[in-house]
Amino acid sequence: MSTAVVTVNKGVFSGFNLRQKTLLIIGFTSLLLLAIVISSVSFGEESLHTNFGSKNLNPSPEHPFGTDWMGRDMFIRTLEGLGSSILIGAFASTISTILAIVLGLLSSAGKIADSFISWLVDLFLSIPHLLLIILISIGFGGGATGVIIGVALTHWTGLTRVVRAEIKQLKTQEYIHISRNLGKSKWWIATKHILPHLIPQILLGTILMFPHAILHEASATFLGFGLSPHEPAIGIILSESMKYLSAGYWWLAFFPGLSLLIVVLAFDMIGENLGKLMDPKNAHE
Amino acid sequence: MLDNEKIAGFIGKKILRLISLLVIVCFVSFMLIQYSPIDPVRAYIGEMPVSAEHKAKLEEYWGVNTPPQEKFLNWAGDALKGNFGISLIYRIPVTDVIKERFTASLALMAASWLFSGILGFILGIVAGMKKGTWIDKAIKTYCYVLAATPTFWLALILLMVFSVYLGWFPIGLSVPIGVTAENVTFLDWFLRLILPALTLSLLGVAQIALFTREKLIEVLSSDYVLFAKARGEKGLDLVLRHGIRNVALPAITLQFLGFSELFGGTVLVEQVFSYPGIGQAAVAAGLRSDVPLLLGIVIVSACFVFFGNAIADLIYQFVDPRIKQQEASI
Repeated sequence: MSTAVVTVNKGVFSGFNLRQKTLLIIGFTSLLLLAIVISSVSFGEESLHTNFGSKNLNPSPEHPFGTDWMGRDMFIRTLEGLGSSILIGAFASTISTILAIVLGLLSSAGKIADSFISWLVDLFLSIPHLLLIILISIGFGGGATGVIIGVALTHWTGLTRVVRAEIKQLKTQEYIHISRNLGKSKWWIATKHILPHLIPQILLGTILMFPHAILHEASATFLGFGLSPHEPAIGIILSESMKYLSAGYWWLAFFPGLSLLIVVLAFDMIGENLGKLMDPKNAHE
Repeated sequence: MLDNEKIAGFIGKKILRLISLLVIVCFVSFMLIQYSPIDPVRAYIGEMPVSAEHKAKLEEYWGVNTPPQEKFLNWAGDALKGNFGISLIYRIPVTDVIKERFTASLALMAASWLFSGILGFILGIVAGMKKGTWIDKAIKTYCYVLAATPTFWLALILLMVFSVYLGWFPIGLSVPIGVTAENVTFLDWFLRLILPALTLSLLGVAQIALFTREKLIEVLSSDYVLFAKARGEKGLDLVLRHGIRNVALPAITLQFLGFSELFGGTVLVEQVFSYPGIGQAAVAAGLRSDVPLLLGIVIVSACFVFFGNAIADLIYQFVDPRIKQQEASI
């Protein structure tokens, strides 16, 4: 019995090399992101002590990202900023996904519901995203809370549209027509024919929402709407660095931004690879 | 004939929709700001110490103590007449601020919209045609990295490289200090446009290129392309005949749908390069609670985005014959 399992596993291993590779990439990137979050949470206040004896230092082995105008280590500041960005991104994507699923499903309930949902989507999309986040964050009192709410409430539109369009498109498919003609119930068609197509889309949509949420939070913070200057955030770090650009302190902007880019890329990679795993059409490639 | 009628109906519907949208947008954003716990006067004054009387005067000037409903009706009534009030921070009518700022931004946005669209489409076609080769991989990597790049960071990097180190372009400020608006030469203005436009273009390429690539690959793996291949068509000819036709429309549509992203990018880029466009005004208005100006900008940006979406819809509904057919079958 056990030998049979082993041979099956062997077959799986050689047959799904790409699958394993993909899983490996997903594992590694997730680990990286997790490590960032955990380390940023575990750093205490004291790790960011000001030390005017070592201010504006170039990157060195001791301070890999250099130090800022108060002698704080930029590497630790960056890590802390990334950690909070990821957490905010996670919160915002979760809220937005829930909204998207509920609204997307609602839209297939009937004509009135559908036009209401699409009207709502249009309303949210009618103002440039960043401006909308600014508006909502002002409405909720600004600061960190304002921006988090702003980011959480504005990222559902894309996924809702995807869910809605997917349902609409699936409904016109011939096999759905045939299924209906065969007397299958609406519920049966929804769960057996439509839902299987939606789940990967929703999962992917959530993960791909992450980078957007993170970038929007950083942008709003950069513009001065988000977290207050003493809180760790990439946006704050970069907007501070603008004052020192002409002084030639390039590391203040370069490394934190690059780290943010890497985090966003990591999420994109996870999303992309998960998509590969879930799409049976491309499994043979 | 029928098509003309249809288009007229379409435009009519769109205009109605725009009006209803604007009413809601105005109302919602007005109320959002109105019920914000932020004290606008405090936000305006900042850290400066002021006496109580002075603050009271400012509050009166701001109209803090008028009830919100009355304020909204006053504002909406004036807005219908085309009067959006006086900007609190610039001390001139909001319409004037927006006119001046939006023109500046429009130049920036148009340049980067066109450039990123064309470049992105070409890159996407090349990558899709050469799927799996190193060119494809290079383009894909470039796009993925750019799609993940924070706009303001790229702007900062370009500013550092080209303005601080190479000194090719001025750092910040849209026009040289001490030069009046009439004396700004085209070159001065153009020099200041390059870096912001370049930033936006570089970033805008990613989405359109990836989309075009995906679409082209999808088309190339379809049955009719397989059939065309069986007939002996190949190479660029095949892509031009069967690929681009099917890919161009969705790509153009996508580019029009990108107006909102474009606007957002402009806000960030203008902030970094201190380009005196509408984005910079929006940020200033938001940070310093200049309610009339912020509302005015929200409305203008909503119209701008609506315009882009309407064009995309128009293409989607009237130009792509497949959509028509699908609708007929429902």
